[in-house]
Amino acid sequence: MDILVAVKRVPVTGGRIVLSDDNRAIDTRHLGFTISPHEECAAEEAVRIVENHGGSSTVLTLGPPEAEEQLRDSLAVGVDRAIHLVTDAEEWDPQATAAAIVAAIEAERAAGTDHQLILFGNESADAANFQIGARVARALGRPFVSGVKALALEDGGASLRLEQEAGSGRDVYRVPLPAVVSVKEGLNLPRYPSVPGRLRAKRKPLDASTPARPAPRLAMRSLSLPPGSGKQARILGRGADAAGEVVAILAELGLL
Amino acid sequence: MDALVLIEHDGGEADDGSLQAVTLARAYADGAVHAVLVGAGAAQAAAGGLGGVATAFVATLEADAFAPDAWACAVCELIGRLSPAVVLAAGSDRGNDVMARVAARLDLPLAANCTAADPTESGAAVMRVRWGGSLLEEAALVGSPVLATTALHAVAAAPREGSASVEHFAPALEAGDLAVLVTEHVDAAGGGVSLTDADVVVSGGRGVGSTEAFAVVEELAQLLGGAVGCSRAVTMAGWRPHSDQVGQTGTKIAPELYIACGISGATQHMAGCKGAKHLLAINADAEAPIFASADYAVIGDLHEVLPAVSEAIRKARQP
Repeated sequence: MDILVAVKRVPVTGGRIVLSDDNRAIDTRHLGFTISPHEECAAEEAVRIVENHGGSSTVLTLGPPEAEEQLRDSLAVGVDRAIHLVTDAEEWDPQATAAAIVAAIEAERAAGTDHQLILFGNESADAANFQIGARVARALGRPFVSGVKALALEDGGASLRLEQEAGSGRDVYRVPLPAVVSVKEGLNLPRYPSVPGRLRAKRKPLDASTPARPAPRLAMRSLSLPPGSGKQARILGRGADAAGEVVAILAELGLL
Repeated sequence: MDALVLIEHDGGEADDGSLQAVTLARAYADGAVHAVLVGAGAAQAAAGGLGGVATAFVATLEADAFAPDAWACAVCELIGRLSPAVVLAAGSDRGNDVMARVAARLDLPLAANCTAADPTESGAAVMRVRWGGSLLEEAALVGSPVLATTALHAVAAAPREGSASVEHFAPALEAGDLAVLVTEHVDAAGGGVSLTDADVVVSGGRGVGSTEAFAVVEELAQLLGGAVGCSRAVTMAGWRPHSDQVGQTGTKIAPELYIACGISGATQHMAGCKGAKHLLAINADAEAPIFASADYAVIGDLHEVLPAVSEAIRKARQP
């Protein structure tokens, strides 16, 4: 089965987000970047399915030239090839993002690769628009299930059994392929790229193109930090000597 | 200018998150606020008081189980009929899922997880959350009707009062609208207090050091009748299962007391525990960011502090 997985490059924010001077972006001068967590699991799942059932895996991103780093990371854990929809520094809104991804999928199909399973993260760590998968599925006329935390092929690879968290348990869906699925972290434990994997990734094929950005219909104007907690922590003590104070707090909160 | 709100419900009662969406709808629209409900127990939930909703439209489907495309179809049909200026749902898993499908069907923009929205000439000015609530975004949405979901707990829920007139309708489904359908519900494996229900959650981070070293965290959690949590670094290291992970991409919790041990306080983690009523942070690094969000702080090695606390609890409980 041929699988396409869409990933997004996001900064590793650490303990405190700092905004750029114009309040339109996160100041990333001192930050590293990563694949958004849900999508890291999507890439891992694509690799596992191909390892177990054959076929091919393709990773796609829409992002700045630097996002090649995240494509190579995916190739390093075993994805076969990459598609880079290169953008300038501007953020693309969800409709524009989905349309560009649909165009890329249709171009793939025209070139002979009809991806039977298209995987997304449930939402990106940064913008969290929760809608790219649904839009792509609708455009392609394929079934879509969101927030998936367990995925299995059934009927000899003709359909999927999918689990989604619901309340204290899980809801189960069964959909025929081809299908579009968005996944959540916890689906699997992604592997770390090995050194040979990183070397192989450098030689794997990467197709880059530069789609035009349509006028946004959901346009970010500015970012701001929510008001701080304003908390001033009460220091109960240092090391084991603090135990008595901790027990006093537990008693005060009625938790002892 | 009217509004339409998708109401999720469970056991014949409207969800709090949906009633929060009603609050935002009433602030946005100067006309009537209507509601749409789908699925088993919808009529009962509509009768239970929806905070001044004028008409509750109850969609009847062939299937009682959750079918997100059929739900989206029902919402779209009412949009065609009522021409609301704004359509809202809770920023819940299902709310975001169904509204994404509505937006895809109508090829309209959707702003997910909004804390505020105001009409503009071309659509709406919205405030929405990013990074699991660590960042706010002001955005301009261009389109009509305005489609949005409301960030959970951003506004108060509309009171469960008033009596909406109830109207049943059978949406004209497209072929394939029941292809995606919940076919089965699997209950969580029992055993122990769940992260979301526990009064006390004791979590360990990278500072714990290994799977085995979590014994001191488990011991304290057990003494307090609480649940064990962990940070993303711990799950990624394979020390604990992802079901224990507290954070933006893990479980969001709201215990009475959260005890964070050896956790630095990355935004990823804080997005999952900011609902805790009290936070006790135990960390060897006095400069750890987590102390800025803590109510109580112990500066020290968790491997020394936790056994001492457990011992002190046992002593305090001795008659």
